[in-house]
Amino acid sequence: MKSSRARQALAGYGLLAPALIIFTTFAFYPLWRVIWLGLHEQNRTGTRQRWVGVSQYTDVLTGEGFRDGLWITAQFVLLTVPIGVAMGILLAVAANRRLRGIKAFQVIFSSTIASSTAVTAVVFFVLLEPSIGYVSNPWIFDLLDPDRAIFAVALTGIWQNLGLTFIITLAGLQAVPDDLLEAARLDGFGPVKTFGRVTLPMITPTLLFLSVALTVFGLQAFAQIDVLTGGGPAGATETLVYKIFSSQEPRQLGEGSVMSVGLFLVTGAVATLQFWLLERRVHYAN
Amino acid sequence: MRTDPAPRWARNAGWYAVLTALSLVVLFPIWMTIVRALSNPITWSFERGQPPYPVDIEWDVFTRAFDEARFGRQLALSALVTVIIVVGQLVTSVLAAYAFAFVEFPLKRLMFAVTMATLMLPIEVTLVANSRTIRELGWTNSVEGLTVPFLATALGIFLVRQGFLGIHRDLRDAAALDGYGHLRFLWRVAIPVTRPVIAAFTVLSFLAAWNSYLWPRAITDDSDWNTIQIGLRAVANSTADQLNVGVAAALLAALPVLLVLIFFQRHIVRGLTAGAVKG
Repeated sequence: MKSSRARQALAGYGLLAPALIIFTTFAFYPLWRVIWLGLHEQNRTGTRQRWVGVSQYTDVLTGEGFRDGLWITAQFVLLTVPIGVAMGILLAVAANRRLRGIKAFQVIFSSTIASSTAVTAVVFFVLLEPSIGYVSNPWIFDLLDPDRAIFAVALTGIWQNLGLTFIITLAGLQAVPDDLLEAARLDGFGPVKTFGRVTLPMITPTLLFLSVALTVFGLQAFAQIDVLTGGGPAGATETLVYKIFSSQEPRQLGEGSVMSVGLFLVTGAVATLQFWLLERRVHYAN
Repeated sequence: MRTDPAPRWARNAGWYAVLTALSLVVLFPIWMTIVRALSNPITWSFERGQPPYPVDIEWDVFTRAFDEARFGRQLALSALVTVIIVVGQLVTSVLAAYAFAFVEFPLKRLMFAVTMATLMLPIEVTLVANSRTIRELGWTNSVEGLTVPFLATALGIFLVRQGFLGIHRDLRDAAALDGYGHLRFLWRVAIPVTRPVIAAFTVLSFLAAWNSYLWPRAITDDSDWNTIQIGLRAVANSTADQLNVGVAAALLAALPVLLVLIFFQRHIVRGLTAGAVKG
């Protein structure tokens, strides 16, 4: 019996080993390492490092660079998430009905999921780029105006997420029981009232999940910025991840590491919120 | 429905109008991309009003993407990297999920928590340190560098474990009675029964690997090691007369994903909604 338990333990860890090795090497060790690098300053060639301690954390996290990066990231999130969720509802409500050929519309609405962030950046480059783009007057989506470039970058995010938000919201709508809608109709609810009083509360958990997922995407925005603006004009689209990416030279490594820890804390807060919401959802689903 | 045929017909027409309008909004950016890929770039720019339809069409732009934009090499690299990551994630996920679902070992709950904790450590957070690790390993500009950090993922372990836990007790008892060991149970029972979950995860894994951008951008500095996605950066710097070639490459880059979307639509929906909707 004892040997069998030992064999189980061996089997268990043997099966886990490949995943654990990857996680240790490329998730936990680097977390420790960015924390450690954040406590140091590198010389120009990165051959020597000097202990600077927690002061680098306080300097960077309260400094202008981090604050700007966080604010630009927040703008991206605030622009993409609410509009993204609203568009998802719009598309899903429109496509959630029995009509001949509805599948074709559903495929069209899902289609942007095939477009990677880099492909999406090219798509909008071709639309919005001032000298060669289709739109000659880009209104607020002006890639060359520091005050407006973020709108252009956010627009690419909104469009790219349409497919995902549509698919998830539609699945949420289809999970609403028919007899509930029928009961609302028998009670004399019109379509608008039914949606507001029955459908919307039923899909709220789905929408919350979606909002969190879109927020995480927003916090990680990088590719569209790298392709479309390179962080510009005048640093106006340098999100946190963009700043982290561009601080890999030895001299900026300490700062980049502190920002990484900052991003971790922000992401952690959002993830905690996510778990909390999921927890609640399970409660009211029971 | 109990309404008269005429209003119903009218209502349907209304919905078709709404759906068509929304489709146009969603598809317009793609349409303009196709227009710009097919049109001769110079003719298009000098055309009055820069038309929303292709002019002076050059169909050979797609073959030129292979010759001039080095699309072929990028495609091969992306395909190789994606296959390695997807297969790797499937293997590590199935093995770990099996351990969590069916094997009793010490500190199991802790190990599961540790696994799920990696969801809080996306590559964006660990980028600075990981790219140093890659450099120290001598893996800059290499297939190892592009793939190894992604050979395991908590999402896959979680989804497959959920699938395994859904396997009915009776099935396990029957397999045990038949003298199935772990390996045979995994191969003959657990994997076949959870095929829908595994398929859904495979599609998600494919999408993430194929579309990956930040990591390959960070750990390669030689254009020979550009994946398709990184290759698209060049479009923004291409000269006006070369623009159509880069845009065509972008369309080609989306094609494999589009095919997966069409043929595996059910799996995508199931994968994306796993957790989003109580099934």
